[in-house]
Amino acid sequence: MTTTSGRTNTPATQYKVVGTRPIRHDGADKVTGRARYGLDFNVVGLLHGKILRSPHVHARIKSIDTSAAEKLPGVKAVVTARDFPANPKGQPIDFAEAGADVRVLAENIMAGRVVLYQGHAVAAVAATNEHIAEEALGLIKVEYEVLPALLDVRESMKPDAPLIHEKLTTFFTKDRQGRGENTGVKSNIATHLQFKRGDLATGFKEAHVVVEREFTTSMVHQGYIEPYVSTGQWGKDGRITVWTSTQNPFGIRASTAAILGVPESTVKVVSMEIGGGFGGKQPAYLDPVAAMLSKKSGRPVKIVMTRKEVFDSTGPASGSYLRCKIGATKDGRITAAELYLAYEAGAFPGSPIAGGAMSSFGPYKVENMMVEGYDVVVNKPKVQAYRAPGQPQTNFAVESVVDELAQKLGIDPLEFRIKNATDEGDLMPSGMVFPPMGLKQLEEAMKNHDHYKTPLTGPNRGRGIAVGYRFNGGGVSSATINVNDDGTVALVTGSVDIGGTRTSVAMQAAEVLGLRAEDVTPTVVDTDSIGWTGTTAGSRVTFDTGLAAITTAEEVKRLMIARAAKIWEVPPAEVAFKDGVFTSLKNPNDKLTFKQLAARLRATGGPVTASAINGSTGVGPIFAGNIIDVEVDPETGKVQILRCTAFMDAGKAVHPSYVEGQLQGGTAQGIGWALNEEYFLTKEGGMANSTFLDYRMPTALDLPLIDTVLIEVPNPRHPFGLRGVGEVPIVPPPAALANAIARATGARLTKLPMKPGTIWEAVEAHKAATKTKK
Amino acid sequence: MQAFEYVSAKSVGEAVGVLSQHGEGARLMAGGTDVLVQLRAGRRPQVKVLVDVKGIGELNELSYNDRQGLIIGAAVPCYRIYEDPTVIKRYPGIVDSASIIGSVQIQGRASLGGNICNATPSADGIPPLIALGAVCIIAGPNNSRRELPLEQLFAGPGRTTLQNGEMLISVRVPPPPANSGAQYLRFTPRNEMDIAVAGVGAAITLNAAKNTFVSGRVVLAAVAPIPLLVPAAGQALAGKPVNDETIGKAAEAAVAAAVPITDMRGTIEYRKHLVGVLTRRALQGAIQRAKGV
Repeated sequence: MTTTSGRTNTPATQYKVVGTRPIRHDGADKVTGRARYGLDFNVVGLLHGKILRSPHVHARIKSIDTSAAEKLPGVKAVVTARDFPANPKGQPIDFAEAGADVRVLAENIMAGRVVLYQGHAVAAVAATNEHIAEEALGLIKVEYEVLPALLDVRESMKPDAPLIHEKLTTFFTKDRQGRGENTGVKSNIATHLQFKRGDLATGFKEAHVVVEREFTTSMVHQGYIEPYVSTGQWGKDGRITVWTSTQNPFGIRASTAAILGVPESTVKVVSMEIGGGFGGKQPAYLDPVAAMLSKKSGRPVKIVMTRKEVFDSTGPASGSYLRCKIGATKDGRITAAELYLAYEAGAFPGSPIAGGAMSSFGPYKVENMMVEGYDVVVNKPKVQAYRAPGQPQTNFAVESVVDELAQKLGIDPLEFRIKNATDEGDLMPSGMVFPPMGLKQLEEAMKNHDHYKTPLTGPNRGRGIAVGYRFNGGGVSSATINVNDDGTVALVTGSVDIGGTRTSVAMQAAEVLGLRAEDVTPTVVDTDSIGWTGTTAGSRVTFDTGLAAITTAEEVKRLMIARAAKIWEVPPAEVAFKDGVFTSLKNPNDKLTFKQLAARLRATGGPVTASAINGSTGVGPIFAGNIIDVEVDPETGKVQILRCTAFMDAGKAVHPSYVEGQLQGGTAQGIGWALNEEYFLTKEGGMANSTFLDYRMPTALDLPLIDTVLIEVPNPRHPFGLRGVGEVPIVPPPAALANAIARATGARLTKLPMKPGTIWEAVEAHKAATKTKK
Repeated sequence: MQAFEYVSAKSVGEAVGVLSQHGEGARLMAGGTDVLVQLRAGRRPQVKVLVDVKGIGELNELSYNDRQGLIIGAAVPCYRIYEDPTVIKRYPGIVDSASIIGSVQIQGRASLGGNICNATPSADGIPPLIALGAVCIIAGPNNSRRELPLEQLFAGPGRTTLQNGEMLISVRVPPPPANSGAQYLRFTPRNEMDIAVAGVGAAITLNAAKNTFVSGRVVLAAVAPIPLLVPAAGQALAGKPVNDETIGKAAEAAVAAAVPITDMRGTIEYRKHLVGVLTRRALQGAIQRAKGV
């Protein structure tokens, strides 16, 4: 176990590199400013692009007149949806048809006939500088016919609600991944998901206490510091290059090619250094537009979003409506659990209801269970992944109800959780079977921690706990290793480094090859220079790209052994490799260190180089928990966090400092989501607070020291036992804070964010209700 | 961002000349922490000339004497004010506000003069100055000068009563009377980089025995179109004993005077409620300071 305050290293293990804390390979580049981000990209003849965006949340485009903008001196190109081949006739999207996905991508980056949210792009301009481009936007005349807007999932789900997409019908599925069956019913509900087992009625009948509550959460944004930025160049030879800030270069290549109607192989995506993404930097918003402006102008075009554009026009996380009902016996055994969730998809289908549903009751053994999820379109930006997509919302509902249930039964909330905890062999809400996991160890660690054992005293103070679960998927990664003459190796991957993964992947290769982390030079390359690699998301890179690096390193080891065998004229099976030294089994005096052998490679048959993919079977389950103490000012509703301890089962922390960093960062974002962050809408339904001043992410002065505790229950799916640690830390904070506030004030907060005004109102209402009862 | 001319004025006369010539088309800039952001956001489309006043000596004056009190030049950045030993000792109420505007980085540039002339109802810098009886020194065409009580400078959100060609040179804050104290409190969800949901500046003077209010001034932020002096709150204090009842009456008067709006920063009900809470707390803080504890 390691703690941030203690800074003790993990106990001695069989590993030499994994579990240590080397200096990151990209550290010097980043602290000296040598690292190149999207904004740093420059080239001779560069034009600057700007995008005209809809001021309305829902409107028909009657006409667009770009003639005045085109005549402005300095303007080199203007594009609208008509320039993109995905939908030249402007037909409505048929979501049941193949190809609907490309249509959605294309419509979302440039509206054809209808704008579906404030900030929806309608035209773009490239000019010799950004001021001229901005001026040109003002000269484009767009005639709109404003349409009624749907901004709330419950309104949008009503049978008589106006349809946002005329050809959208509801699909029904019982599978976390499949699309399910088309019900043929026209609706704003794109998907109805259902996980069900046992019999709810019987389960609730068996319960001594049942708690049921409704919850709502606001749309929130990932808040990455670096806005979207992309430069596109469409060469006269038809080859397209984009230099972009993304988590997902191969995804950008695929969607840019599809939107532009060109073969994928003609597009090269160069991922620049990234200034944060948190799941939100995966879609291609700017890349196809920059490329199309480049095609029309014959020059490279760079587009940089403003913060307002990032808030208005990129994918935030779903706002939601939830209802949770759980019953338990007197001695605290859960008998039945039911969860209803309706998520804002934004303007097009695709909210993370499956993630939310899968996470929901994951930490609890529940025989009688039903989870029903609805993916609902509304006139807001199309949502995107945000760190454990869909899971903080359901966790807020489930963990609040669990806490209240324990409170009503007079059982310690942690004991209640331990009593009902799932373990290996139990069923997940999705019906899958849990592999080995560390939930019980995590909950025991919370119980035995000094924080939990120290009583919290004083008025207006309360302690809240929550436990969060995430099932990490996975994907394909490629890796290449080239052995250098001096015995160091170059490690090449296509995984954008967003959380220190250059180093955490390099460490795994070093472990296999008996090298130091410093002997591996990791590089992230463009899409022409490495095998296909999935997105940097889903807590998968250290796991999947790590596996690819391990597989590649094993191949390097095999080739190096073969070379030693060749030098010593023995069969490869008679060469051992241990602690970085090759030894002939036949003649143990024949020894070569990795470095010595590397120096002889070119003279003995040429350099050693190897490439491999990972063959992922999925990362698997991961759990995190919080203990949070708060003090609430009852007169203002302001919450002060007195103490915060975050726990996580990391499987194996490859680089503990980075794992602690993920745990602290995710907790910080969860605290922001819980207490102040929200899309505050104007009367018309657009975002009113699209600046970092009024979209209140926590600053350093708003956060406590987040103490971290890492539990290491090895993941059998990975040779070093690691789990994907990037996302789950954001899951428990909203519920832990709600539970702490409930215990401090007596008032149950069921609405996120729990901003001071909302808490004050809830405390006043609770006081009034208590008075009436008396 | 729109194109504009930049003039670095070296004298009051030069700055007044540019203002007179361009009228609405000219805007003064000290730290630029408001006006540059507004220009970038296209919120001041009429501005064609920015006049930088940081180079004018008089606007950088920060001085104190027992006769006229504290002079704060209009371009003096916040950090100079809250780091000044005399201000810390005699005017802690001004330190309260100067040290919470924006962030540490912003306080290195932003001036109280700019905060005043930007004239937002939520400005933190203004209420304690009004509460302490600050007077504006205003220069105009033909070397004219006039003085105006600060509370009379505001005409509405973002608007002042300054006439064409006029500029703020400095504010003068009278020497604090014996047994007096002041405090400014604001409420924000975040602890830094935030705009007041409501704010209250209070200044009071006690009798020699420190058990009765001689006088008091209460000024509200973010709950009216302008920074709002509440005379009724002062009347509720004058001549009354220092106790919770008196403080409560003053707070009630402040709540009654507040005319907030509902927006993304808070509702009408919540803001009025906060005015009551903050008035009580600011008065208590001011009393503590008057008592020297």
